[in-house]
Formats: sequence, C-alpha cells, structure tokens
Amino acid sequence: MAKFQINRRKFLTSASLGLSGIALSGCDAFDGGLGIGGGLRSFLENANGLTYRAQRLLAGRDALAQEFTEADIRQPQRPNGVTAPDDDTYKGLLANNFADWRLEVSGLVEKPLSLTREQLQNMPSRTQITRHDCVEGWSCIAKWTGTPLSLVLDQAVVKPQARYVMFHCLDTIDRSLSGDVKYYGTIDLIDARHPQTILAYGVNGKPLPVENGAPLRVRVERQLGYKMPKYLYKIELVDSFAAIGGGRGGYWEDNGYDWYGGI
Amino acid sequence: METVARSEPAADAQAASKDATLIYRQSRWTRLTHWLWAIALFFMLLSGLQIFNARPQLYIGKESGFGYNNTIFAIGAENTDQGPRGYTEIFGKHFDTTGVLGWSGPPGQESPRAFPSWATIPSYYDLGTARVVHFFFAWVLSATLLVWLVAGLINGHVRRDLAPRLDDLRRLPRDIVDHAKLKFHHTREYNTLQKMAYGGVLFVLLPLMIITGLAMSPSMNSVLPWLNDVLGGRQTARTIHFTVMVLLVGFFIIHMLMILAAGPINELRSIITGWYRTDPPAHDDSSSERSA
Repeated sequence: MAKFQINRRKFLTSASLGLSGIALSGCDAFDGGLGIGGGLRSFLENANGLTYRAQRLLAGRDALAQEFTEADIRQPQRPNGVTAPDDDTYKGLLANNFADWRLEVSGLVEKPLSLTREQLQNMPSRTQITRHDCVEGWSCIAKWTGTPLSLVLDQAVVKPQARYVMFHCLDTIDRSLSGDVKYYGTIDLIDARHPQTILAYGVNGKPLPVENGAPLRVRVERQLGYKMPKYLYKIELVDSFAAIGGGRGGYWEDNGYDWYGGI
Repeated sequence: METVARSEPAADAQAASKDATLIYRQSRWTRLTHWLWAIALFFMLLSGLQIFNARPQLYIGKESGFGYNNTIFAIGAENTDQGPRGYTEIFGKHFDTTGVLGWSGPPGQESPRAFPSWATIPSYYDLGTARVVHFFFAWVLSATLLVWLVAGLINGHVRRDLAPRLDDLRRLPRDIVDHAKLKFHHTREYNTLQKMAYGGVLFVLLPLMIITGLAMSPSMNSVLPWLNDVLGGRQTARTIHFTVMVLLVGFFIIHMLMILAAGPINELRSIITGWYRTDPPAHDDSSSERSA
C-alpha cells in the first residue's frame, strides 16, 4: 500500500509538471516567418495551390452549390464588411436611387459595355436560394436574384487571352499611405461562367439593400463570402492580377486570405 | 527463469531478464505516422482555435441564427461592475472564464479574444494566416492517416493490435479497475482501453474531423451536397468539428498521463525506436499484486 502511495504522488507531481509545461509554452514562437512574404508562410501557402487543384478536380466546372427551399429562409441576409459606404461617389449615386449608376464591362473584351440597372434587370435572370458561408465561420441562407454573369460576358465578347474577371467596387475598405483602398476581387473564367454565378440586384424578393451591396453584388456560390464583392461598378477582364494591388488577386487576398476561397 | 527471478534480489532479476523482456513492438510505420500526427495535430489545434476566434459561437443547423437563436456555445467578453469579464456560455449556462476564455492577455493589456494568445497560432489575431497553417497540416494529417491505414492493413498492425476481440470485452471491467489503480501491465498487446482509445481516435475521431472539415467547404458542398444533410447542416458540422477537437484534446491529456504513469522512458523508447520492455513473466504480476 505504501509503495503505491509513493507511486501515485510521483505520478501526480510529474503529471502536473508536464501539463503546466504545455500550458506555459506560448505560441508566439511561430509568429516569425508567418507574415505575408515570409519564408515559412510562402512554404505553407503551397498547400493552397494543392487545395485549389483538388477542388477544381472534384467540383469541375458545373457542379452546383446546394440550393434550399423558401422554408429555409428564416432571417434577413446578415450584412458584413462595409455595410454603409462613406464614399461621396457612392452616396451621390444612392441619393437618386442609382439612376446614374452604370456597370462598366471593360478590359480584354471586344465590346466594352456600360449597362444601367434597368438593362441588367431586363436580361434573363436567375433566382437561387443558397447558403452564404463567411470565412469567419458563420452561414446565412437567402434568396438571390440577378443576371447570370456569363450572359454579360457573352454580350461583351471576352477576348481569348482573358483569364480573370476583376470586380471593382465603390466602397472604401481600407486607408493606406497611397490613399483609399476600394474593395476589389477576382475570380477565374470557370467560376465566372458557372451557372449560379450571378450579378445580384435582389435578395429575398426585394431590391438589394445598401448593407448587402446595392445596387449590384456578385454571387459565386461555391466560394466564401469574401469572393463576392458588393457595390459593384466595373467588371474588368484581365489576363493576370499580378500588377493589381498586392498582386494576390483581391483586397482580402492581399491581406493573407487564399485566392480561391473554396474552403 | 521464473524461479530464478523469485529467489534473487529484484535488481538482479531485472538484469537477468533484460533481453528477454525487450521486444520490438512498434513498426517504423506506426512510429513515423505517430510523430507526423503529433506535429500536424499540434498545429491544427492551435491554428483551429485562432480560426474559431473569428466567430466564437457554435450553432446547430444549416445556418447561424441571427434573427433567432440556435447558438449552443459561445465565448465572449462583457462589461460588468468589476470591469470587462470573459465568459463562456454552454447550452445557455453562463460561466465566468476571465483570464483564459473571452478576456485575456498580459496584465494591463487584456483584450477581448475567445481563446487566449498562448493557445493560438499566430499568437495575434490573424484569420488568414491561421487558415494557411490549418489547411497545410490538414493535408499532412490526411495523407498520414492514409499511409498509416495502408501500412497497417498490409503489415497486420490493424488486425493484430487494434481489431477488438471477444476477449477484450471480457477483460474490460478488470482493465478499467487496473487503470483506475494506475496498475499497468506491460505486454506486447494493447489492453482493451488502449484499443478503444487508439481505435476510436484513428477510425472515428480523425475521419470525422476530416469529413466535418470538408463539409464546411462551399466548394466541396457542390461535390457532396448530401454530406451536410447527413451531418445536420453546415453549422452542425462545424459544431461537430469543434466537439471532436475537444475529444482529441481529452485523448491527448489522458494519453500523456498514462505514459507518465506507465513509465515514460519505456513508452517513449517504444514510439521512437520501436523497442519496448515488457513485464517479466509472472514475477511482476505477483509484485504488483502485493503493492496494490
């Protein structure tokens, strides 16, 4: 019995020492090298490419995001990011209900376009009830109505060398030394031509409200929320995004998120 | 051998049986994959807690309730009469967890954050970087699990060491009593609780972790739309993902305690070199019987 007592005391002492050792070891040890451009970070980011290729391989071009029923819409679409742009241009357009707003389609296209909201709404539309997944971890189901992006691209006639669709937005997301940074993002032509990729002007049966991106936002349903810019005013076809912003393909990408955003 | 050991002082008996009791227990595949998991799970846990900090709530269902309540777990900070406090809410039950969960940091520099900075990678708030780390090691973890499974099926490790037998069920009550008394038998075979723990981690928890991780991906959702339906919705999948993490941490703590209790040198040697010292036959049984 006495022998067992000693064993147990030894055991408890070493156990508590071990556990407190684990608890005390801070994790700032790994902070160095993890910043954008850092060696360790760049090595680990190789896995993003692998993840992207695996998703492309499995999901292909046309696999559809899950669609839900009216009964699944239980709340308004949760707004996130910028919800009330403070930009004078935007506020001016909002003041007369976007009558002067135009969607420009430019860059590597044969026929640059300048579309009014009515012109977009007169094109064939698609309505889908989908789940919005934010990179933060939350989800929200809503019904989106808009013009398939592929129709707009067809109308503008995309040049063969174009590889990405770049979305230019009216909202200032950040201020840097070189001035205000407006939100922007890119998707490739596979996702741009996906049947569920729409330029949405309506949510839950009503016109898109300001907090959700009025007058127009993107829905790319197989990707995370940060890939779906709001307050759109220009779509530019480009062959590379290396020279734009931080060169990583979008505002959040420049701040460390992965470009594809499918997981 | 047995009689010799009984008639001589214990030290001599151990020396005499040294070679006979040292056995090659863990194959190189088991050892290699064990350490790869250890590394991958460490980084996945700490980057995962950072990712959780971006939305420190867990929900049940297809979506997160903002216009209604389907939150079952939340970590947050609130202002009280005694200043800001951290809290953790589980099924509506409120716990003050100031200093660790919700509100933590060096004295004078506390800030609202769900998991404290010593438990996250990076230590500062950075969702993007945590995702890079998390998905890198997700590949390491999944590839390791696959390699282990293939090797374990070919070399017989799974069938010989992990597959439960009828005998295991019969031994279970005795096994529980022995563990509770910290009385360990060092044998070639895993005991029943070990089989349950290792088998549970490798065949239930890790696969469930990978499945619920994939279920959270909107692009994988387009490939496997039924997956979230089976799991009860994307937010339930996220809640399961978190719960499995808690179970894995629980496994890790017990794993460490058992190693310390069963003889850390011997246990570590077997998972590094493969060689494990088993109990001398009969002799150890009688002595441990006495000591208990």
